[in-house]
Amino acid sequence: MTRFAAILPEMILAFGGTVLMMVAAFAGRRGSALVSWLAVLLLLGATAALIGAPSHAGPVFDGLISSDLFASFGKAIMFPASAVAIIAAQNWFEHDHEHSSEYAVLIIFAAAGMSVMVSATSLISLYVGLELQSLAAYVLASYRRSDERSAEAGLKYFVLGALASGILLYGISLLYGFTGTTNFAGIASAFGRGAPSLGMLFGLVFLLAGIAFKASVVPFHMWTPDVYEGAPTPVTAFFASAPKVAAILLATRVCLDALAPATDAWRQIMIFAALASIFLGAIAAYGQTNIKRLLAYSSINNVGFVLIGLAGAGITGAASVLFYMAVYVPMTLGAFLCVLWMRNEKGEPLESIASLSGLSQTRPGLAAAFAVFMFSLAGIPPFFGFWAKLVVFNAALKAGLFPFAVAGILGTVVGAYYYLRIIKVMFFDEPGAPFGKVREPVQGGLIFLSALAISPLGYLLIGTLNDLSTKAAGSMF
Amino acid sequence: MVGQPVTGLPLLTILIALPLLAGALCLFVNANVARWIALVVTLLDLALGIYLWVQFDPNGAQWQFQEYQALGGGIGWALGIDGIALVLIQLTLFLMPICIGASWRSIEKRVPEYMAAFLLMEALMLGVFAAQDLFLFYVFFEAGLIPMYLIIGIWGGAERIKASYKFFLYTLLGSVLMLIAMIYMAQTADTTSIPRLMAFNFPVEAQKWLWLAFFASFAVKMPMWPVHTWLPDAHVQAPTAGSVILAGVLLKMGGYGFIRFSIPMFPDASATFVPFVFILSGVAVVYTSLVALVQNDMKKLIAYSSVAHMAFVTFGLFALNRQGIEGAMMVMLGHGLVSGALFLCVGVVYDRLHTREIARYGGLSDNMPGYALLFMVFTMASVGLPGTSNFVGEFLSLVGTYHASTWAAIVATTGIILGAAYMLLLYWRIAFGTQRNADAAAMPDLSMREWWLLAPIAFAVFWMGIYPESFLKPMRNDIGRLLVRVEHVAPKGDSLPTAGKPALTVIDAKEGHE
Repeated sequence: MTRFAAILPEMILAFGGTVLMMVAAFAGRRGSALVSWLAVLLLLGATAALIGAPSHAGPVFDGLISSDLFASFGKAIMFPASAVAIIAAQNWFEHDHEHSSEYAVLIIFAAAGMSVMVSATSLISLYVGLELQSLAAYVLASYRRSDERSAEAGLKYFVLGALASGILLYGISLLYGFTGTTNFAGIASAFGRGAPSLGMLFGLVFLLAGIAFKASVVPFHMWTPDVYEGAPTPVTAFFASAPKVAAILLATRVCLDALAPATDAWRQIMIFAALASIFLGAIAAYGQTNIKRLLAYSSINNVGFVLIGLAGAGITGAASVLFYMAVYVPMTLGAFLCVLWMRNEKGEPLESIASLSGLSQTRPGLAAAFAVFMFSLAGIPPFFGFWAKLVVFNAALKAGLFPFAVAGILGTVVGAYYYLRIIKVMFFDEPGAPFGKVREPVQGGLIFLSALAISPLGYLLIGTLNDLSTKAAGSMF
Repeated sequence: MVGQPVTGLPLLTILIALPLLAGALCLFVNANVARWIALVVTLLDLALGIYLWVQFDPNGAQWQFQEYQALGGGIGWALGIDGIALVLIQLTLFLMPICIGASWRSIEKRVPEYMAAFLLMEALMLGVFAAQDLFLFYVFFEAGLIPMYLIIGIWGGAERIKASYKFFLYTLLGSVLMLIAMIYMAQTADTTSIPRLMAFNFPVEAQKWLWLAFFASFAVKMPMWPVHTWLPDAHVQAPTAGSVILAGVLLKMGGYGFIRFSIPMFPDASATFVPFVFILSGVAVVYTSLVALVQNDMKKLIAYSSVAHMAFVTFGLFALNRQGIEGAMMVMLGHGLVSGALFLCVGVVYDRLHTREIARYGGLSDNMPGYALLFMVFTMASVGLPGTSNFVGEFLSLVGTYHASTWAAIVATTGIILGAAYMLLLYWRIAFGTQRNADAAAMPDLSMREWWLLAPIAFAVFWMGIYPESFLKPMRNDIGRLLVRVEHVAPKGDSLPTAGKPALTVIDAKEGHE
């Protein structure tokens, strides 16, 4: 029974999700609010269930997954983030007469998939978790069936995602073929037996390429701006937060557990990917006029910084990745919630950056919150995003990667420009048409809370987060 | 970690928290209330600062008023000041109420936010000078960009957007390199405490890289030629009070950084780079003075003169001897007052005529005698007339430079001459001559409010010029400690002063016979 106790959160999500699907099917449109709130409760329940065995049981099911603190740290970020994505969608789809019940159910299934991803210690469970999350995500991207852009986003995501899954599977089969095992520990010992063979190296490259696609790391980022722009905003908020954490944590476990003896091999890849993501994410964002597209590039840019920490390797590297993601998620969710509130008098969503002009005069609170998120994403102190960046650079320097760290930090200056542009539009420009009133106290509260968390008050959390992330990172080794 | 736990009243925390809280409060009140809140709080902070000055013991421990509260993860709320920080804190506290007063009428739109931005700025500047934790310092140092960015961008002139970007990105670029160096230092020395790092000996080879990384940040902030180009734009576009704070305090952070980090933490590298700094400073003195000579815009002229004056600071600091460093500190203080006052003087006429073009004015001594008087005081101070603050600083700094390098001293001294040329020319074109424009001739003299802004600065300028001991005394021991760190590498100098052989006087001759 203990092994079932170890996967309690996943079971809650899987069974709960199935029941909710039935509720959604029979209650119809009227039940959407009920389903949404039940889904939020399920996610919070799964978060609460992380206490105890699911965080300390270690490898279960013959090493298919590991219920350790590292996975729990990720889940404790992802589940609440998924819940926020559900809350963000309240009254969003009703506006254009869509069903919204299934939305919450799909998020639940995606969360279950992500949960398996971060726990996976075998190539098989890795793939199953990834596909469960991806399939739910494809549907979510095209959730607004009547909207051409949404359908296009879904299709694009699906085709490119399928390609990436193929690449991933190819890498998995190569690794299995050359090491004779799908188990992370087994792969690690195979890599530890001297110089890896060409087949193993190819397997490593393809595996990482597949994961890089899911985490939208340059050069596998192409889908990101289109999907982020086309998908309904609550879905974009979801994509930018929880699945990103899952993919990054998955990459961390693969690199630092399965591929630990081949650190020199994957580190070069990470260094290239990190710098490419930082600079492309920063430079490509310059010309954007759509706020969702801009935030897509911002997410690519931020993933680059996480990879700086990952390239640092070791416990410090893993801990820095966890720390960064813990700060990144409230920043990005907060920013998307602000985007969600960009609506005209009729309540229709606005997406152009120009529509933000003079927001500080028409809606000072919203503008201030948005500014906090932008400065924090840019990594400007005193906001908490700065400390997250400091932590990843600390990890890279500890590993002696000096030129890499210098190149990376110069990227923050390049990126700062476009974040400043948003501030400029909101604070310096003359006000445009005022936004319509949004009556969503829960969302407003969430914006406030996330702004508070990444304000300088967040520094009070540094000690706790540091201890937790170090402990969580240690549990993996 | 650092020092002792919090004992008694956390004076420095109160000093920082007061404007911060008042700034937040300002956002929720109307324009007039916000003005009064800002004024009262800055004055209150000034009073606290004076108390701090009185309580500071110049012969006591190096670090006083220490506070420490661990935050975990290698950062702590560590505050504490020495004499050097003390005088710069006084400068900040002194200028703030004047800035608020200068904005009383000239800022009409979005006043509560403006006051909030200024109060936030004050808190952050005080934090920079009081921080004793490496990363806490960085947070304060960098966070200051945000309110200044908003001040320039929202309340600035026509080209404000470009200027605000340039200011922000330029300074950010310099600072991020410093951050990498700081992380390396924290890892190597295994502490983030600034006092401990000041006593830590880094490997000489590493020092060079660290020094360059810090230099990138402080040289931009200072600003030194050739990375000064953000300054004229920022100064010209910023509202008057913004320029005062920029010139008065923000630029001093560069010099403070050199004296707090570069010199004591990397003494060997500092000595190695002395020629480099001297060359940059020499170019700055001559080149920016010449540029200032041909400006048509008053603010731009003063901005370029700031760059030239800051070169005296870098000359003095990197002479690495007592006169040089004390002189550099005095130039920083003097320039903070004088350039601030000059920007206020520009603001006075700008508020009346809404142009900064020098040619639009002339003969103001006829219709604005009070203004012409004060403007002259500050012009003379800027030129470095004996009896004013800048004379003390510039003289000491030149003496120090002369000890280190005679050539550098010669180049630096040309700056004094050129400085006199452009400042006197400016004063002549504005205050003397014929009154060319009727609207300029019709301007009323200083109002009571403007007297209240300028007269205290004039008083401080004379105080500093006539009795500089009040300001040198708290710094003396700290500069002595700094010299101990660098004495093994201080440049020998080529001036080789030798004691003279006095001619025998009659009495001496008699004594000789006896």
